[in-house]
Amino acid sequence: MILHALTFYLFAAIAVAAGFMVISSRNPVHSVLYLILAFFTSAALFVLMAAEFLAMIMLIVYIGAVAVLFLFVVMMLDINFVELRKGFLQYLPIGALIGVILAIELIFIVGTWTFGGDTTLVAATAQPMVIEGGNTEAIGRVLYTDYVYAFQAAGIILLVAMIGAIVLTHRSRPGVKKQNITEQVHRSPTEAVELRDIPPGQGI
Amino acid sequence: MEELLLEYLPILIFLGVAIVLAVLFVVGALLVAKQNPDSEKLSPYECGFEPFEDTRGQFDVRFYLVAILFIIFDLEVAFLFPWAVSLGTIGLFGFWSMVVFLGVLTVGFIYEWKKGALEWE
Amino acid sequence: MESLASAIVELILAVGAMALLMVGVFSGSSAFKTVSLLSIGVLVIAILGAATLPTSTVVTYGGLFVVDGFAAFNKILILLGSALALVMSIDYLRKENLARFEFAILVLLATLGMTMMVSANNLIALYLGIELQSLALYVLAAINRDSSKATEAGLKYFVLGALSSGMLLYGSSLIYGFSGSLEFSDIMAAAAASDDTSFGLLFGLVFLLAGLAFKISAAPFHMWTPDVYEGAPTPVTAFFAGAPKVAAMALLIRVLFDAIPGLMNDWQQIIIFLAMASMAVGAFFALVQTNIKRLMAFSSISHVGFALIGLSSADQAGVGSVLIYLSIYLVMNIGTFALILSMRRKEGMAEDISDLAGLGRTRPAMALYLAVFLFSLAGIPPLAGFFGKFFVLMQAINAGHITLAIFGVIMSVIGAFYYLRIFKIMYFDAPVAEFDVGPSRALNIVSSATAVLVVAYALWPTLLNNAAMAAAGTLF
Repeated sequence: MILHALTFYLFAAIAVAAGFMVISSRNPVHSVLYLILAFFTSAALFVLMAAEFLAMIMLIVYIGAVAVLFLFVVMMLDINFVELRKGFLQYLPIGALIGVILAIELIFIVGTWTFGGDTTLVAATAQPMVIEGGNTEAIGRVLYTDYVYAFQAAGIILLVAMIGAIVLTHRSRPGVKKQNITEQVHRSPTEAVELRDIPPGQGI
Repeated sequence: MEELLLEYLPILIFLGVAIVLAVLFVVGALLVAKQNPDSEKLSPYECGFEPFEDTRGQFDVRFYLVAILFIIFDLEVAFLFPWAVSLGTIGLFGFWSMVVFLGVLTVGFIYEWKKGALEWE
Repeated sequence: MESLASAIVELILAVGAMALLMVGVFSGSSAFKTVSLLSIGVLVIAILGAATLPTSTVVTYGGLFVVDGFAAFNKILILLGSALALVMSIDYLRKENLARFEFAILVLLATLGMTMMVSANNLIALYLGIELQSLALYVLAAINRDSSKATEAGLKYFVLGALSSGMLLYGSSLIYGFSGSLEFSDIMAAAAASDDTSFGLLFGLVFLLAGLAFKISAAPFHMWTPDVYEGAPTPVTAFFAGAPKVAAMALLIRVLFDAIPGLMNDWQQIIIFLAMASMAVGAFFALVQTNIKRLMAFSSISHVGFALIGLSSADQAGVGSVLIYLSIYLVMNIGTFALILSMRRKEGMAEDISDLAGLGRTRPAMALYLAVFLFSLAGIPPLAGFFGKFFVLMQAINAGHITLAIFGVIMSVIGAFYYLRIFKIMYFDAPVAEFDVGPSRALNIVSSATAVLVVAYALWPTLLNNAAMAAAGTLF
């Protein structure tokens, strides 16, 4: 159990530190790398909560795809980031204020949960459950049947994302030469090759 | 719970070893190697000239389109894992629900193919 | 089968959108026209489908989805708003070189999201509906990707929309944590189980309401509205100002009355604050606008404020009055935007209020219609807009919120000033360049039909009122 607590605090500390570095590091590429570290430590935290499936999805989708996308975006923009950051510190007080307010709210909430006499409330279980067959199977058992509505809605949302990405960024370039194999194969020799009988010594 | 986490113990140990080794190499090189810098050694070098411009070249926006289409299909695959694991218990309904989901995304796939979003040129 | 029948509107829209996507991508150069017209057809079929929905409450899909009279009423409103917005858009898009068939598909998919929102019975369904709708709307706002104003509008909408989704999710997670369920009826039961409201549930409620207030653009969460309305292409703005507002409002009502009626004393204060702030922001900021689309943005903010007044009474009559208000607002708004879309000269669209100068002499019919809508928006009897305001203010008075009602009347008077200013510019200022490109037939039909509705409402008010009250009754 002590190991469990130790790993939790280790990964949580790294995640917070990495999150801070994402916004404070000078080079945007470094920011993305710190973001990957933050994602990775969150995946580790998911494992500690016995949410293996979420942890693996975090690795595959967030680190494998989203972070790569971020990297592309950072490299695509032609922005002088040093200049962009000049007024950065002036937002610090207001950011800190919002952070403090959120922290106070969280303390309030946790406070009522832990110390309040509110036992009638059916709070969602904070304890992880270990399910027979692992939680990937547990998700599978309900996602495609009980939650079929949400599942299909997710499919439609992905479709909208696909259409949106193409509508906003795709430009067809005219005049690009492409290989058309059917056309090439169907070309008849009569129009492609011309045979001439050239008398020796005269040329054409 | 404990048993489950014990399965991940090797990975934790592996991570620990990797971090220790990585730090060791960097710190070791710093301590052991002979360091005698001068201004010439530390100057930026690009075929004998100072670099003319920022080393970060701009990427084409087409990379973005490819990446975002990749994410979408990556997510689709993510939905396949729990389905494959639980196919035995969810029955025909679960099977067809996934087929419909894949059908929706296939419509999207045909669209992007016909639009030429998958062609690089 | 029952579950399929209850989601008939959603099925028609989803299957229709996908089929039309295929039609569009395979039909080459005529794609835009074919797909736009067929999309209107799909929306009309969906309206017919919505008419078959049961008026008693039916919960399906494992508690995620609910249809009742309230959902059916709002679905018909939303589908009507989307269909009219599409009718108005075709001509504009062709003239502005935006004729891409994806436009109609995205409108269909956004509409699908909206119908899912009004039928949400679970926090997951709520979020999925909102995301589907918003994602399509972000793309629509930026569809004119070569215009820096439109892309700015799209980006701004996206960033702030993502922020509001974040707040909404944070609130939802707190509500889930403290009630132990995602389903509205269970949340209601959990909130009723304890005598004093727990902090967690309350904070969750606040965040959820903040997220929803953003979606209906109630002040102080309205910041995105003017910029997005101004930057987006005009038919997109017309669409934004109609159906999505109705959907978000309906969702707000469903959350308030289906999930957290037990916290009524808490959320009533929030709703009253939002109503007052929205009315004030809408009335005062609209005074200084010169761009008619920005003006309409502030006008929509103040109308949301008025609609929220109806919720302050928190009973069936209150919800009914909000539904009446929203229906009238939708019709007035579409009519006004049909006229804004008609403000076209040879060199392009005109968007400034000063461009309307002398319209009474150059284009008397258009000026007359616009005058009807302006008077109705201002709430001057005997036009429909007056009755909308009248009913919501009555509800506030019946519930004892006298201050709120008086505040509403004052803001209505201030608001009347900027609508009447346009009237003065149209009829008493010297004409500037004429709108020499005649509006398309579709725009003429939409503007005259909506104008007739706005005028004729006073003759048969019970038609709409009874339907709205019956729809509101299914929530209680």
